[in-house]
Amino acid sequence: MKKKVLAVILAATMVLGLAACGSKPAAETAKTEEAAPAKEETKTEEAAPAAESSGELIKVGIINNDPNESGYRTANDKDLKEMFTEANGYEASFAYSLKNDEQITAAQKFIQDGVDYLLLSAADTAGWDSVLKDAQDAGIRVILFDRTIDADPSLYEASIVSDMAKEGQTAVDWLKGQNLSEYKIIHLQGVMGSAAQQGRSGALDAAVASDGWTLVTQQTAEWNAEKAQQIVQSVIDSGESFNVIYAENDDMAKGAVAALDKANIAHGVGKDVVVMGFDCNKWALEELLNQNWNYDGQCNPFQASYIDEIIKTLESGGTLSEKTIIMDEKGFDAATITQEDVDNYGI
Amino acid sequence: MQTKEMKKLNLSEFFMKLFRRQIFIPIAALLLLAIFNLITDPSFYKITLGYNSAGDPVLSGYLMTILDYGSELAILAIGMTLVTAASGGQDISVGAGIAIAGSVILRVLCGTNSRPETLQAPVIVAFLISCVVAMLFGAFNGALVAYFKIQPMVATLILFTAGRSIAAWINNNELPIISEPSFGYFGGFIPGIPIPTPFFIAVACMIIMALVLKFTNLGLYTQAVGINESSSRLNGLNPAFIKFLTFVILGLCVAVAGLIKVSRLSSINYSVIAKDIEMDAILAVALGGNALSGGKFNMTASILGAYVIQFLTTTLYKFNVQSDALSAYKAVVVIILVVLSTPVVREYLSSLGKKLKFTRNVKEVG
Repeated sequence: MKKKVLAVILAATMVLGLAACGSKPAAETAKTEEAAPAKEETKTEEAAPAAESSGELIKVGIINNDPNESGYRTANDKDLKEMFTEANGYEASFAYSLKNDEQITAAQKFIQDGVDYLLLSAADTAGWDSVLKDAQDAGIRVILFDRTIDADPSLYEASIVSDMAKEGQTAVDWLKGQNLSEYKIIHLQGVMGSAAQQGRSGALDAAVASDGWTLVTQQTAEWNAEKAQQIVQSVIDSGESFNVIYAENDDMAKGAVAALDKANIAHGVGKDVVVMGFDCNKWALEELLNQNWNYDGQCNPFQASYIDEIIKTLESGGTLSEKTIIMDEKGFDAATITQEDVDNYGI
Repeated sequence: MQTKEMKKLNLSEFFMKLFRRQIFIPIAALLLLAIFNLITDPSFYKITLGYNSAGDPVLSGYLMTILDYGSELAILAIGMTLVTAASGGQDISVGAGIAIAGSVILRVLCGTNSRPETLQAPVIVAFLISCVVAMLFGAFNGALVAYFKIQPMVATLILFTAGRSIAAWINNNELPIISEPSFGYFGGFIPGIPIPTPFFIAVACMIIMALVLKFTNLGLYTQAVGINESSSRLNGLNPAFIKFLTFVILGLCVAVAGLIKVSRLSSINYSVIAKDIEMDAILAVALGGNALSGGKFNMTASILGAYVIQFLTTTLYKFNVQSDALSAYKAVVVIILVVLSTPVVREYLSSLGKKLKFTRNVKEVG
């Protein structure tokens, strides 16, 4: 009896928990809908006629990963919400999940609702064929953003992605351009096998092989600041000298710098150790601005304007010149960065 | 002649005694690691006095790194030992608990602004609030285990899964950064004192725990409950409350470890802070020779076990072992420990010891 009561209580908690999770996206959608008319009023009149001239609003269903996942995702979600408003001629619904099956369920719902476009950042690369086929049959056009999937390219109109290898190459080219007398590098890698790690490591590995740079250590800190701090601490304790820290994200660079500070090793512009990071978090760009770090590579979360452009082209009957669109991504140098860059590109 | 023989016998008896002592296991592991490092590279033990970028004196070297980074683990091991002894199970939510406690500290210090110029509250206030929160979460775990009789690992799985999301929610998913340098003292150095602060905090925790164990019946009661719950009830103890209490104490340890963790970088990353630390904490208890099924415990051995684990980690980092392979090495240690503590091996070892003694006795008679 006791067990049964307990089971009932636990089941009730689970249901409540689910309900709590479920209500969140709905609330957020409601928030955007509320916000949209307010924006329309405040905006200049140019936007309104544009929306009216195309007649009805374009219905888009957006499937994204959970905005709480990372700073990147938060910025990405914010960017999409700002773009797909009624003022800009869109009627947007959002669905969030880090799980593929939940995302597919959301896609099916959007297809039933009869959206015009399905925007998708898939949690997993596999398993999308049948649902995208359904979308095609229903005349819904699919645009992928941020992540590609393993499906026949005819099933989607376009995919807008970051080129991680190019990000790495830009960073390595910048490092080459510094013309240091010697390159002794501590390489802090992300979680092994992730796209960002492979792209960013690949470029550095190639340069190490071709230019005779030395890797003092090459370790994965798994995007983790604490681990990075310990790895760099270990190198400092061993007494080996180094003059470059190539961290594949900002968090790891931060951890590395904490270890440097402890050992009184000067870092930043014109100092002993060059610090490089990726992702362009706002606080990281501020470190650049303060000359404590040297370089930060961008991983562009702002796909909304690209998507907007594609939809406009397709709506006006045009065709896209290429299916895979690689976004422009910058690398920031502490010597040239401005406050404006921090405000515009910091996430 | 006779006395020499006696001495020898005494010596061997001494070693046998030591061998049977619980603290033998972590000490042996520590010696093994220490000798290994001494042979491969004696400079491992070099400690140098330098200055950090703020101009304060700091001691640096591998040993200092071990004292520094092993301290959170030692603090957690204190609480984990009590939980293990009383409930016969482990709390796997301490990593998530640290995320929550750290998030609370930053939330109180930052207020609503995630990048404050000045602290919105004294650090001590933030710390005390986080202690209360962490103890509440400990109480939640403890209530599930003690009153609802759920297996500890299953009960704490709830918080293990949900904790990091709760931590993110506390700060509205922002990543607060504190620029005030004094906040960094807890995970770094107090100006003028060249020994890392986390070590002092750990020592303070140890002293408090030692006093509690000496002047209260906590140690006796937890062991009694862990050895036989029903007989301890018959003797007038309240086993449920004792179990509950150990989880609350672990919550307090989590809050202290959380303070050190967030202070190290003056920031937090909910998904990775104190990742997998629960496994290390449990390993520390096991390495201390404590039975993971509850009952008798040895606090000193657990704490020593925590520093041995950090010794191992630092040694592996020194040899440039890929950091994602570290857990594989720790797994080897766990396997050895678990196998050594099984009754089959224990029996075999003790019979081996008896045989040795027996042959010696025979010789003496002869």
